[in-house]
Amino acid sequence: MSTHSESHGLTSKLTLTVWAWLLIITGIEVFLAYIQFSVHVMLVLLMGLSLVKAALIIAYFMHLRFEKRTLVLTLIPALVVVISTLSVFFPDSVRLLHMKPW
Amino acid sequence: MANAHAEELRMTEWDGGVLPYSVGHKKLGMWLFIVSDALTFSALLIGYSYLRVSTPNWPTPFHLWPSIAFSSLMTFCLLSSSLTMVLGVNAAKRNDRVGTIKWILLTILGGVAFMGLHLKEWFNLIHEGITLISNPWGVPQFGATFFGITGLHMFHVFTGVLYLAGMAAGVSKGKYGAEHVEVCGLYWHFVDLVWMFVFPLVYLLSVKMH
Repeated sequence: MSTHSESHGLTSKLTLTVWAWLLIITGIEVFLAYIQFSVHVMLVLLMGLSLVKAALIIAYFMHLRFEKRTLVLTLIPALVVVISTLSVFFPDSVRLLHMKPW
Repeated sequence: MANAHAEELRMTEWDGGVLPYSVGHKKLGMWLFIVSDALTFSALLIGYSYLRVSTPNWPTPFHLWPSIAFSSLMTFCLLSSSLTMVLGVNAAKRNDRVGTIKWILLTILGGVAFMGLHLKEWFNLIHEGITLISNPWGVPQFGATFFGITGLHMFHVFTGVLYLAGMAAGVSKGKYGAEHVEVCGLYWHFVDLVWMFVFPLVYLLSVKMH
């Protein structure tokens, strides 16, 4: 059911497909939680999958894939750079772990 | 009239003569708010992850039943409410007022179900002795980060439900059009997006193994 009134390429079928994928990835995340990996491996796996979910939500549900490129370039790179900068001190958590007396 | 037209022609895109991003000011404003709010949550979640990774005796109290089952169901509620929100925005663009209100009400239902399940989950944990400043495992950061992050997120869901309710009322009176519904939808999807990070970090990294 793809009519022109359904805004620029986001058809009901595509919306349902994105929703189904989001549920499938959530299922994979819950499954992964019950496999014994180290916390660092878990963190990387879960955040990797969550970034895929976030990208799907932003691109399709929030419609950004169908907006003008300048809007995407104004919003996304700045966000990525600042979040990366926030993460700069993260490796210190490992140092802290080894410094602790237990 | 001729002067106004000439003036418009003289203005370049970035002088504000036309919309440089081809979106309305409300929508651009909501996007900028979302970017700033995303940074708030990023800071909280990165700070939490730092503590989580550097604390070897971090508590893992979440049993499959009820905590993980509840939080998975809550994820389902939010994802499905995002789906109904997209359908609501589509209905608004078709000028289908009844359809828009129907889909927005279903979205509210998803949000309320999320909050109900989450509060039940909170009370279960409080009953187990987990508070903001203490818990049975002696790692007080656990309760502080858990209630801090999920509390801020739940506050966003709560304000989102109020926003949606105001939107449904406005659409029924003919006060709000498709752009208003779309901007409201952006906020709702963002609340859903944040939960996609809160759920694995807070719940899935602390499951109780059998």
